[in-house]
Order: sequence, then structure tokens, then C-alpha cells
Amino acid sequence: MPNKTFFWFFLPTGLAMILFIGLPIISTGIQSFYAQHDQVVKEVKKCDPFGCTVSIVVDNEETTKLREAKPLGKFNGFGTYVDRNHLAIDEIKKFWNETESFGAFVDQVTNLPFYKALIFTLTYCLFVTPNVLLLGFIIALSLNAVARKIRGPLIFGTILPMIVTPLVGSLVLFWMIDSQGIIGANIQNLMNDPYLSLKSSKTLTWITIIIYGIWHHSPFAFVVFYAALQTVPQEPVEAAIIDGASRFQRIKHIVLPHIYPVVTFVALISLMDNFRVFEPIIGFSAEGSAQSLSWLIYDNLVNEEVILFGSAAATSMMTIVGIAILLAPVLIRTWKEFKTAR
Amino acid sequence: MRKILVTLLFLLFGTSAFADCNIKSGSINILANDFPALRTFVETSKQCKGSADFKVTHSSEHNKIAVPALTANPSEFSARIAANSSIVPLMNQDLIRPLDDLVKKYGKGIQDSQLITIDGKVMAVAFMANTQHLYYREDVLKDLGIAVPKTYEEVVAASEKIRASGKMQYPYAAAYKAGWNLAEEFVNMFIGHGGEFFKSGSAQPNINNAKGVATLNMLKKLSELSNPDYLTHDSEAIKVEWESGNVALMTLWASRSGTLLDDEGDPNITKATKLTGPATVGGGNIPAATLWWDGFTLAKNRSDADAEATFRALAHAASNKKMVADAADQAVWLVEGFVPGPKSIGVIEAVKMGAKPYPMLPQMGLMHGALGSEIVEFLQGKESAEQALKDVEAAYISKAKEQGFL
Repeated sequence: MPNKTFFWFFLPTGLAMILFIGLPIISTGIQSFYAQHDQVVKEVKKCDPFGCTVSIVVDNEETTKLREAKPLGKFNGFGTYVDRNHLAIDEIKKFWNETESFGAFVDQVTNLPFYKALIFTLTYCLFVTPNVLLLGFIIALSLNAVARKIRGPLIFGTILPMIVTPLVGSLVLFWMIDSQGIIGANIQNLMNDPYLSLKSSKTLTWITIIIYGIWHHSPFAFVVFYAALQTVPQEPVEAAIIDGASRFQRIKHIVLPHIYPVVTFVALISLMDNFRVFEPIIGFSAEGSAQSLSWLIYDNLVNEEVILFGSAAATSMMTIVGIAILLAPVLIRTWKEFKTAR
Repeated sequence: MRKILVTLLFLLFGTSAFADCNIKSGSINILANDFPALRTFVETSKQCKGSADFKVTHSSEHNKIAVPALTANPSEFSARIAANSSIVPLMNQDLIRPLDDLVKKYGKGIQDSQLITIDGKVMAVAFMANTQHLYYREDVLKDLGIAVPKTYEEVVAASEKIRASGKMQYPYAAAYKAGWNLAEEFVNMFIGHGGEFFKSGSAQPNINNAKGVATLNMLKKLSELSNPDYLTHDSEAIKVEWESGNVALMTLWASRSGTLLDDEGDPNITKATKLTGPATVGGGNIPAATLWWDGFTLAKNRSDADAEATFRALAHAASNKKMVADAADQAVWLVEGFVPGPKSIGVIEAVKMGAKPYPMLPQMGLMHGALGSEIVEFLQGKESAEQALKDVEAAYISKAKEQGFL
């Protein structure tokens, strides 16, 4: 497509993207550099059915004046980014100087909320993405080999996990792994440990969420791979069969190279999706054991009665940077291929 | 003919019953938590709506919606049913209006003790009181010869005895769900130990001390006697545990007693379910519990006409003797004419024992939030109590700095 045609073709989408994605990101970015004004408080008498006390309230008149003068809040620069609830630069320096072994240092760092969440998010990505690719590919190959008559219903059954709303899917599993649920109770019997609980142990909660993630995301990889498999030309495959290539060799040398761009695409999308893992944490009530970056944003915005816009904005920006870093190798590779293809 | 007569009678009855409200215009939209007493309260106020528009949203997620919904101008809701803790963010953001004029004009039946005044201005009208207190299974305790526990140390001893007897594996339950619920249990236990959350006169945290450690250790002891999934159990979940007969001792909200003692579920368990006051802890003399009120507030960003209509409807319920008589077992009503029944014993005992109200401080929400996520690792045995408290203080300080409190 000539560049000019492409430009006009892309313009409406581009405008919509600037309006609905670009501008909100810029606004979030600006927000992340500001903190709330210093609170002006005053002592007043408060009376309720249980008696009167003297305590403090926010002085609304003074606060309104401050807000009107500077509606964005107090400029904080990168203050929010480096505080303890985010990158925690000062804390990490302190830990480095104070701790004696590297293990103790890592322990201290992973105890900080941002790094705790980052580690879970990365672990989740690392385990879910390759498994999704592998499982999706195996299912696609298997389904491609079964008789056409039963393929339809099988495909429908396979993409069910993707159709089920993530929250509902995780809730169903949540009840099943309850210590009195079908899976939880059976595991207790099997291990002969009445105190074993999939929900109270951190490791087991992580494993549960990761397995759920693989279950939920595999159909997407499957659908794309299955479509790609339909485009594999039959001639080279038949030639390979005549040459005596095994099924494995045919997949390795003909099918995989052919659908390689699609694999990259699925890997990209999966990585992006997995980096934003959120619903299973809510569905499994796993806030105690597993926190992701998206969950931190949610927590700052709604879990407390005081909304922390600056914190949430800073975590959002860092999530975007995180995704960009994760995707960089794949993107660079695609770009190079694009260049050579031309 | 008969049909017409019935209709006429109905109309006559209808008008006479609702004549006292006579709201002609305005629109009423209420945001409230979701439990039986609040539903009753809102239903009662609806009887008086007259020709005003009436909408209500009952949601257990009310805390998450309230501030954004009331910040909009005009705000989505004309009234918000709030409590000690949830009125604070509304005050901080200046989202609710003083009610003095409306109380003078339309609040005839409302008692003075119901008025929440801050700096001399009426900001809310309370209608019920709530607290968390002990529930016990009379049959189980009797069988094992255990006296009704008065302190948490006795609760631990009793639970250990029940477990040793083989009757129940997890004899104790409380809402320990990570987040708000768990933090609330910490708040109760810390106050029971005589703790103060902030250094006097400032927003500096004050929990990393011997009282905080004692609080955490007690929570840990209790959690070990609970269902291993305790970190995912909220009030509703432990209510179900109780009704399945898995639990003999429980700390739960007074407002839930109605659903525990109703006719649903195993009649033997219901019959053996008894209520008592909140327990004390660590030799203290005030109970390890906080007193709560539920009351209504009116949105500031809404027209005066809507505020007036809303106030009149809600005031009708907040001074309704018939409602408190009919729904006497749903809550401890603060409304005139309420006769406390056996289900209100928890709150009444708590007040008698000198329980403290939940601290109504502007920065308390940040502390509550920090507690809810940072003490989990201690309960899981991954961290020392001192480290957990240090984490809470550090998490609180960063948030309080961002919010301008420090």
C-alpha cells in the first residue's frame, strides 16, 4: 500500500487513538507529578450518639481557596515515583547499606509493595505466556487433525474458557478450591493435612492463579493458530511426506516457519494481557497473597476511602513503561524483519 | 360496584396514611450499604415520597462509589447513608451539606441524641448503632463445661478446648478478609489494648509499639483457630460457616444477628446461637470493639429542592416509631420508641462497658487501608510482628505525605 493511501486509511483510527488513548495517558502522566495540597486542619467539637469529643477536621474553606489557586495540586516532580509505595529509592539504598547478605537485601526489597507486585506480575507473565503459546499450538494441531464432522463442537468447547467472563470463571474455581469445595477438600484428603488451604498459602495461591491464567488465555492462542494452520500450503507438506519426514519434522520445518509471524503476534498480545493481570486476583480474593501492578492501581483508586490519584497515576505510567520494556525485543525484531522485507 | 368500593377505601386509606409527608416535587436518590436494617429504613422513607421521584442503590461497594458520585455536580445521589468512617471522606472533600435548617423545619420527631454535629453544625442524622461482638453456641459450650468467654484470652482457651474435644476443627470465626475487614479487626483489638493510632495532636502514626505487637499476636492466635481460608472470609462468609455448624465462637456485626437468628437454616443451630457483649483483651477494661452509627447525610452538589424532599422522606423514617417497633430485631435503632430486644444485647453491653466509637479522623482511612494490606504477611507467618507494623507505618506515611497530611 502506498504511504499516502495508508495515511488516509489510518487517519480515523489514528484520531480516535489520540483522543481515547493518547490524551488520557498524557493527562495521567501530568497527574502523576502532582500531590494533594497540604491539608489544613482545625480542631472542632464533634458530637454523636456516643458522646462528644474534640478532634480535627479538614478546614474546607481554606482547602477550597488552595484548590482554586492551584487545581492540579502541589507539584511533586518525581516524588511520588520514588516514594516507598513505588520505586522506593531511599529505602533500597538504606537496605543496601544495612543488610549483611544479598539474600537479606532481596528479602527487604521484595517486601516493598511495588516490587512485591512487580515480582508477581513478572512471574505470572513468565509462566502463563509460554504455556499459553504451547498449549494453544498443541490444541490447534490436534483439532486440525480430527475429522471435520466433529470439529465444530470441539472448537466451541475449546474456546469456552475465553467466552466465560474472567470474573465468573475465577469465582467458580474459587469455590471449588475452598477447603470445603470439591477440589480443596480432595486435596486435603489426598495430602492428609486438614490445615492445607489453597487460599491461605502464598505459593499455592500463585499456582492457582497461574493455572487459571493458562486455562483462560489458551483459547485465544488456539483460535489464532488454528486460523493460521488453515493457510499452510499443502504441497510442501505432501512433498515432505513423500521424502519420509516424520510428523514432528514436518511441524518443525514447514508449519512453524510458515506461521512464525502469527506466533510473534500472539506472544505480543499475551504478554501485554498478562502484564495487566487483575481479574483473577479479585475473583480469588487473593489480595493478601498476590498483588499485581494493575491491582495496585485499583487499590489506590477505590479500596480506600481516600482516593490517591497521584499514586495511581504513577503506577499506571510505570506499568506502561514495563510493558514497553517487555515488548521491546519482539518489537525490534519485527521492525528489522519489516525493513529487510522491503 | 364492590371493586369500586375497595378501590375507594384503598385510596382513602392510602391518603390518610401518607398525609403527613406531602412531598410535592423534587427527586430523591439514595446510596446505601446493603444489609436488612438499611433496606427497612429506606423502604420506610419511600412510603413518604409523595409525588417525588424515588430511587435507591443498595450496594456493599458503597464506599467505592460515594466520593466520585457525590463529587459530580449535580451529584448522582441526593443522600448517602454513611457511618462514622464513611462520613470522613465526604467531610474531607466538602461533599455534604449542613442540615440545621432542615432539622428545624422538618425534623420534629428526631431526637437530639441522633444529631451528628461537627463544629456546631448538624452534618448527619443517625438512626442505628452497630458494633462487633461475640456470638456463641450454647450447646457446645455447655457440653464441654466452658463458661461464656469475657476476654479474648478466654476465647482462645475455649476454642482450643473445643478443638481438642474433636467437636470442631475450626471453632472460631471472624471477618479476616484481607483489606478493610482485616484492618477493622486490628482496629478493634488495638483499641481494646488501649492503643492510640496517632501521636497526640498530629497525623504521625503510633502503632509500632508493644500494644501493636500484642494486638497482632492475639489476631494470629485467633486466626490459627479459624478456618484456614480466613484471609478470604468476610462477614457474609463467616455467617455461612456459622449456619453450617462449623463454628462455636464468632465475632460479628450486631446488624447481622437478625439473619443469623431467623427461621432459615438448621433450627438446632439457631436455637443454640446466643449473643453476648464484645470481649476485652490483654487485661484492659474497655472492649476490643468500636461503636458505629449509621445515619444519613445529604449531598451538597444537589438542588435545595431535592435536598428538602430527600430530608423529609428520610426524616420520616428516622423518627418512625412504627418502623422501630416492627423491625426491632433488625438493629439497635437510635429512634425514639425503640425497645431493645434480645438481639440488641451486643451493642447495649458494648455501650455499658464503655466501648469507644470508631475514630472519626480525616487521615484514619489511610491508616485503615495500610493495615488491611500490610499485616497479611505476619498472619501468614512470613514476617515478624515488628516488621509488619513498621511496614504499616511506612505505607501509611507515604500515602499521608501524598495526601498532604504529613
